[in-house]
Amino acid sequence: MSSQTPLQTPLYEQHLLAGGKMVDFAGWSMPVNYGSQIEEHIAVRTAAGMFDVSHMTVIDVTGEGAKPFLRRLLANDVDKLVLYAALYSAMLNEQGGVIDDLIVYQMPTGYRCVVNASTRDKVLAWFNQHATSDTKYSNVQYVEQDLAMIAIQGPLALSKLSEIESVAGIDTLKPFNALMHNDWLIGRTGYTGEDGVEIILPGDQSVHLWQRLVAVGVLPAGLGARDTLRLEAGLNLYGQDLDEETSPLASNIGWTIAWEPQQRMFIGRETIEPQRGKCPMKLTGLVMRDKGILRHGQKVITQVGAGVITSGTYSPTLEYSIALARIPKAATGKCQVEIRGKLKTVEIVKPPFVRNGKILVA
Amino acid sequence: MSDFPAEVKYLSTHEWARLEEDGSVTVGISDHAQNALGDVVYVELPEQDQQISAGDEAGVVESVKAASDIYSPVSGTVVATNPALEDEPEKVNQDPFGEGWFFRIEPNDIGELEDMLDAEAYQEACEEEEH
Repeated sequence: MSSQTPLQTPLYEQHLLAGGKMVDFAGWSMPVNYGSQIEEHIAVRTAAGMFDVSHMTVIDVTGEGAKPFLRRLLANDVDKLVLYAALYSAMLNEQGGVIDDLIVYQMPTGYRCVVNASTRDKVLAWFNQHATSDTKYSNVQYVEQDLAMIAIQGPLALSKLSEIESVAGIDTLKPFNALMHNDWLIGRTGYTGEDGVEIILPGDQSVHLWQRLVAVGVLPAGLGARDTLRLEAGLNLYGQDLDEETSPLASNIGWTIAWEPQQRMFIGRETIEPQRGKCPMKLTGLVMRDKGILRHGQKVITQVGAGVITSGTYSPTLEYSIALARIPKAATGKCQVEIRGKLKTVEIVKPPFVRNGKILVA
Repeated sequence: MSDFPAEVKYLSTHEWARLEEDGSVTVGISDHAQNALGDVVYVELPEQDQQISAGDEAGVVESVKAASDIYSPVSGTVVATNPALEDEPEKVNQDPFGEGWFFRIEPNDIGELEDMLDAEAYQEACEEEEH
């Protein structure tokens, strides 16, 4: 995909106007920052920022077989959903590896899946493979939607939105629930560890919404800040903390697997169920108060065996480096990380590191 | 847009070098490089008195986003490192050709500076990199 001209979201011109530094991300031209990603990060922790996440793939799954189809394909159970509620789920292969992680909303006519941009092609191929595998899914339709998506995040996110748009019911909207406002789907969700909403709307309305949010002081934030915010919040990134070779039980998302009812045979269940409670590895947090930055791929050495950093960065809130690492389950306390041939001492902590503006690591 | 001052020489790997009046060579990274890296949060510098050859790794600059090696443009002895970068690595973003300098070398052969790019050639190299 990288050899092709990158795709542009409907907000592309707005990013250029705001000084966005554009990079190629999963085939899309997206802003990595608009000057300083640290400033954008802090704006989301202390006030309000917004992200163009229109590159994400929105797939509407409809038809009579939609529910059994998703109950087969997703490790979490869409049977738990009520209208406009949302669910986070992994989608597993037969070997129990993670094909993607996604959010699924229950809609009046079926389900809306929001999947990663980087996994779009393989998710659609997986849907296609399984929709044609069994006649009970023969009437399932899964159609990619051409929609924009803006995430407004931060303690002031809702009040800023209310300044420009009167949305009935927004104040009482619970986390992981959504509502329809004209043709906007507004979910109280996000990827930052702060309060906020994600709005899925027609592309031709997104520019006006973006401009009105800029006018009331919501700061545009890029993919750089999105990554440091999600990592501080202890949220996984597909491709780094989750992949097709690794069990969800070794990625700290065992809680999203719906084991009940027992007869629901979701794909991957047979492989991962015997690992339940016995997975030798865990995905947990590391902090390094010394100078230096923890990065993806660095080796972790604990007293009970080796591990690896899956995501590492500088934390703008803590002002030192943090990481997610996959290490032996029994490891606790201090361990070491190899950075450019030198061993550095780090501490194992339970993520999240920061949520709702508060530092959660001692 | 990035600055490409003409009074320093450049490597295509984005280091700059400036010959000082005392004969030492000051090294840093270009404005283009700091722009590309984004917020710099950590700099690892060579040791005082370390012997370095041209093209050797002499340190690392880390932004929030990524780590990047720093290569020495000239051979010689490290006579100074920038103490300010320990606590204020953001000076690399704020003033890459001034307060954001990295280290100073007593060069073995200042002729090595002649092998470096001038501002115009370096700017062209940066523009090519973007396409």
